[in-house]
Amino acid sequence: MNEPRTLDELWTLDELWTLDEPWTMNEPWTLDEPWTMNGPWTLDEPWTVDYGLWTDRGFVKIAVCIKQVVTREWQVRVNESKTWVRDSDASWELNEPDAYALEEALRLREKHGGEVVVVSAGPARVAQVLREALARGADRAIHVQGDHFSTADAFTAAEALAAALAPEQADLILTGLQSDDQGFAQVGVVLAEKLGVAHSTIIMEVQISAPSTGSGPADLRVKRELEGGWFQWVSMPLPAVLTIQSGINQLRYATLKGIMAAKKKEIRAVAAPPVSTVKQRIASVYMPEKSKQTRMISGSAAEAAKELVRVLREDARVL
Amino acid sequence: MVLVIAEQRDGVLNRASWEAVAAAQQLGGPVKIAVAGAGVGAVAAELAAADVAEVISLEHEGLAVYTPDGFVQALAGLIAAESPSHVVFSHTYQTRDYAPRLAARIDRALAADCIGTKGDSSARLFVRPIFQGRVNADIALEGPAPHLVTFQIGAFRGDAAKRGAQPAPVRSVAASVDPASIRQKPEAPFREAKQAVDLSQAERIVSVGRGIKSEEHIAIARELAASLGAELAASRPICDSGWLPMERQIGSSGQTVAPKLYLALGISGAIQHVVGMKGARTIVAINKDPEAPIFEIADYGIAGDLFEIVPAMISALKQ
Repeated sequence: MNEPRTLDELWTLDELWTLDEPWTMNEPWTLDEPWTMNGPWTLDEPWTVDYGLWTDRGFVKIAVCIKQVVTREWQVRVNESKTWVRDSDASWELNEPDAYALEEALRLREKHGGEVVVVSAGPARVAQVLREALARGADRAIHVQGDHFSTADAFTAAEALAAALAPEQADLILTGLQSDDQGFAQVGVVLAEKLGVAHSTIIMEVQISAPSTGSGPADLRVKRELEGGWFQWVSMPLPAVLTIQSGINQLRYATLKGIMAAKKKEIRAVAAPPVSTVKQRIASVYMPEKSKQTRMISGSAAEAAKELVRVLREDARVL
Repeated sequence: MVLVIAEQRDGVLNRASWEAVAAAQQLGGPVKIAVAGAGVGAVAAELAAADVAEVISLEHEGLAVYTPDGFVQALAGLIAAESPSHVVFSHTYQTRDYAPRLAARIDRALAADCIGTKGDSSARLFVRPIFQGRVNADIALEGPAPHLVTFQIGAFRGDAAKRGAQPAPVRSVAASVDPASIRQKPEAPFREAKQAVDLSQAERIVSVGRGIKSEEHIAIARELAASLGAELAASRPICDSGWLPMERQIGSSGQTVAPKLYLALGISGAIQHVVGMKGARTIVAINKDPEAPIFEIADYGIAGDLFEIVPAMISALKQ
């Protein structure tokens, strides 16, 4: 069904996006009114907090928090002030664990019906991963705008995501277990606390079923990964936040059809809430010191291979 | 005072807790250890061998089985009562599941997955690997005490934890937990029933990572493994993609091995992989990126194209 697209081809996604004529990039995505944190959301409609999936709402609403990170192939270089990496020329991609979270949300929607909303906090460039998520099948996107998110700590990111997600009243919020850049492994869990909902982490399977009591919240049962090949099933009520482990499913990639369909979907820009308190400050960034003497073998492939075999036989004596 | 949170399951101490004790002792000043559960007196007595001021067994029936909701409540109460300057954890899967929520609950900073500390109590920095271990960051934690810190498994040696001349006093504290507020209902941990490949007994292992690029290229790694009399293994992304079965995965979520020879093909050396193989006697890395973190722990390295080097090795091994 889906034509698989390799990561190397992702640039075409952006190209296709910009090539289309009647659509101007800026129109639907930029702020057309000064959104404020307390602005239109709370007024929209009086949400009665009722998470009965198969009762009142009749479907499952899933939010997915995604992050844009530098590609794995990009050579990380420390900037001149040694406070961050020199990423002005970096290439960017969807954080891989978040891609698995998005895929899981799409599969749950296919099974149960409902809506998938993707959310990302970051500078203007993160619209790229929001568009990609829409092309893969998400229904709409929210972009929490702020240049400071590039280097922000986990609390700052979680507070911004919580502010954007609170009015959404999602049944389930998914995100990757950690990001490939700062790798806090905190944002999803802190987000759950900020929203006051249950959470579980490092999830390898998600089951949602109609409530055993016949009404009220649906039952959520998830398979957690523990260390060393162990797993554990955990049940909890919705709403909940889950952090998703890589490999939970097989990823789908955007199709041309998906990209075209995505152009009609909404990316709503919202302003970042004020940063309450910074809890973590990067004092310096530097290349790690080598802890081991490594003998690098150079030469042509044939020469290096021959020399490696020799040292493994004669010096290391492991063959 | 530095408070160490030790970890136990069914009355068995997690050995990584000794690493957290060693890290806390290095921070300086008095150290206390707390272990939460129901009937964990024996674990507390085991921990009392450490050179610490006190061991606290934090007891409640609601803590008999680990849940994040239960542990966050219990430890938030203990931290309020003890007023430590730092709270130190080993960065286990369980810590990852609840420490961020605990930090958010008490509104304090958390530095996760640290590998060391710098400075002194007046200007303390924590070292964290970021960008998949390609660079390190020195982190300053902001805001009032306590600051929460989790240390990567293996960053400190458990046997380096100082033992006391006589056992430390053990104090049992009744935790404050409202069982009705615990939302997660965990089931018993289990292992996936699969025919187990015991890689821990292998003398030689050829392991493939993302650098292998596609499933059909696994064949050349398989051929090299056969030439070396080695088992074939992989890093997580390869197993996530289904190119090799999960049971051949090396790393924190797979097997831990210590063969005579570990040959890493196209493996970057993310910590989740390295923890599973750094005990190998001779480590060889072949990777096109000369700055890949795997070279930091390799004895021999070739920075080059594995698709040229591997066939050359196979022919060299025939001679």
